[in-house]
Amino acid sequence: MRNLVKQIHISKRTELPWYKAWAIRGVAILLALVACALVTMLLTGENPISIYITIFEGAFGTARRTWITAQDLAILLGISLAVTPAFKMRFWNIGAEGQVLIGGLATAACMICLADTLSNGMVILCMILASVLAGALWGFLPAFFKAKWNTNETLFTLMMNYIATQLAAYYIIVWEVPKGSGKIGIINQSTEVGWLPQIGNQYLLSIVVVVILTGFMYLYLSRSKHGYEIAVVGESQRTASYAGIKVDRVIIRTMVLSGAICGLMGLLLVGSINHTLTTTVVDNRGFTAVMVSWMAKFNPIVMVFTSLLLVVLSRGASEISSTFGLNHSFADILTGIIIFFIIGSEFFITYRINLRKSVEKEA
Amino acid sequence: MKKLLALLLTVVMLLALVACGGNNGNSAGNNAGNTGSNNTSDNAGAEDTSGDTAASDIKVGFIFLHDENSTYDLNFINGAKAACETLGITDYVLKTNVPEGQECYDAAADLADDGCDIIFADSFGHEDFMIQAAKEFPDVQFCHSTGTKAHTEGLDNYHNAFASIYEGRYLAGIAAGMKLNEMIEDGTITADQAKIGYVGAFTYAEVVSGYTSFFLGARSVCPSATMEVTFTGSWYDETAEKEGAQKLINNGCALISQHADSMGAPTACELAGVPNVSYNGSTISACPNTYIISSRIDWAPYYEYAISAVMNGTSIDADWTGTLSTGSVVLTDLNTDVAAEGTQEAIDEAMAALEAGTLHVFDTSTFTVGGETLTSYMADVDTDADYTPDTEAISDGYFHESEYRSAPYFDLRIDGITLLDEAY
Repeated sequence: MRNLVKQIHISKRTELPWYKAWAIRGVAILLALVACALVTMLLTGENPISIYITIFEGAFGTARRTWITAQDLAILLGISLAVTPAFKMRFWNIGAEGQVLIGGLATAACMICLADTLSNGMVILCMILASVLAGALWGFLPAFFKAKWNTNETLFTLMMNYIATQLAAYYIIVWEVPKGSGKIGIINQSTEVGWLPQIGNQYLLSIVVVVILTGFMYLYLSRSKHGYEIAVVGESQRTASYAGIKVDRVIIRTMVLSGAICGLMGLLLVGSINHTLTTTVVDNRGFTAVMVSWMAKFNPIVMVFTSLLLVVLSRGASEISSTFGLNHSFADILTGIIIFFIIGSEFFITYRINLRKSVEKEA
Repeated sequence: MKKLLALLLTVVMLLALVACGGNNGNSAGNNAGNTGSNNTSDNAGAEDTSGDTAASDIKVGFIFLHDENSTYDLNFINGAKAACETLGITDYVLKTNVPEGQECYDAAADLADDGCDIIFADSFGHEDFMIQAAKEFPDVQFCHSTGTKAHTEGLDNYHNAFASIYEGRYLAGIAAGMKLNEMIEDGTITADQAKIGYVGAFTYAEVVSGYTSFFLGARSVCPSATMEVTFTGSWYDETAEKEGAQKLINNGCALISQHADSMGAPTACELAGVPNVSYNGSTISACPNTYIISSRIDWAPYYEYAISAVMNGTSIDADWTGTLSTGSVVLTDLNTDVAAEGTQEAIDEAMAALEAGTLHVFDTSTFTVGGETLTSYMADVDTDADYTPDTEAISDGYFHESEYRSAPYFDLRIDGITLLDEAY
């Protein structure tokens, strides 16, 4: 055994050409599909090919499904874009869940409380402002404490999630209909006050907003002075200070931006998609976004594909469970296997494994 | 910048391609679905001459909040499968884990796209999204269990259903009262200590109606019974329900029942050795030493009724209330090891009286509110944001529950029941 370990030598690769890196990733995905097929056959006895076809049909089987997939993709991608600048700065913001939810809560508050007093246009304007400000505040607080007193941002942003959830739970009971039910129901269902306008169909607005956001974030991170400062702070805070970058300001500014974009996603979720508020409206996408962003190495364009992968898998999951009578957990197992392989492939892209010839040992 | 544009365009093109590909596949599926529904409507039009649509031409969709791991949804899923089997329906789709948001509309619309003739949803929060789908697909029937809006919404294809589960609770309450009597006779507790504990979810009328009918059933056989109620603020929170039950046991409650969907309260009772009356189904396997009886709604009769209506081309009631006689309200598994002697006979007697109409659960002579016997009460039957009372519910000496709409609206706080908290 010891001999075997000694025969394997791991070294860091020099930069791989892009096509080689993508070839490794492609092989990883193929291997993942094979592993999933084996697991499927062993555990369920179903034909893996028909499972894959069902996943695809669940995501793209009808025009409506394709639109919903695109909309889900937009929301997950939007939240992932929001957390990315902070991650690039090595600020571990795991509070996107709460930042989106608080934006959604602010949106719902405007829709419910202002519907009788203001015109529809004014209500929507208030919703936009309130959601962005609420999200920004949820991003500002942990950043301010980090910048001033070096508090741990991971714990801080995590705690802010619970505060947002409890606030939402409290206001849901204030606004519940009928009394005691713990549900708000669709807000302004008859008047549609505060419903964001539909462009084309009910799905397109979120998609357009996020397409614009993706372009903006790509340019912001790769072409702007702010983006450069974020990268430098991420590499080394000391270097940044030495270069005359005000680190505290960059941290706070970036987190306010992160939070504001999350707030905007809350606006889309409540004002355009659901028209109601529940404590689970974000559906853990604040955490999934962390994975999307990491898997794409903080590149907004690559994030389109990583979030597409996760959305297709999760949309396919419900189709598998109704077509084959398998529990949702089975689809989660497949998703886990695929992600394991994709993340694992990064190891082989970064490192090289050399097999030493063991001649000397034998000698 | 050019690179970015090119990439964006590629993505858009890919999406468009995929959307078109999807469309083609879809139109084929839709055609198949349409032929099915055309048949249905043809037959429906010709109902008085030719008759019924075959079971094989009907497609049914079901939407559930969780999957079979939730006792609440399992009860619905079993009902759905049983009804389809009885009617010989082979083409049905079960969609589980559908949240109470836009996803419910998406699921309903997807089922309608898929050619379903009738679609059911099982959770209260699905209602508005089912209504939204019902407006978009006028040829498809949408049936929603536990909802409150069908009778005011005025849509021909949107329906509510519930069952007179308060009668089942009353009967289960009799089993509880008998147990308390036995404990008093044993000397385990004095008559003054005959206190029942109840773990509720929210202060919602459905829960209030449930614990009040349970209490009235218990007090009908054990006159000194009192009750304490605590609320968890969630329909499914195992920890909160367990802690709630534990708190009630610590307060000296001699028997526990609950209206929430987890095993929290029954488990706490089994650990503490306190008798428990369950809900949604038997918990005897997990709690053999404390479980007495359980009341539940059997949804199969409603599913059979509504699907048959579609097959026969007849209309479905806007509000359908299942009863003891439709087989919708059932008591399961009386545990004779724990229940007091004579419980089954007492239940049978009361059940016969309820079915005959000689006994009413909310008989105003059996309870007081603020020390007064009620002769009039305006209930909030038509749902609105201000909870405006709109319908006189008391006449002929009793509160008419589940008559003006299927979902419960009894929300009186009667004397003898103490609410420990009303935060939810």
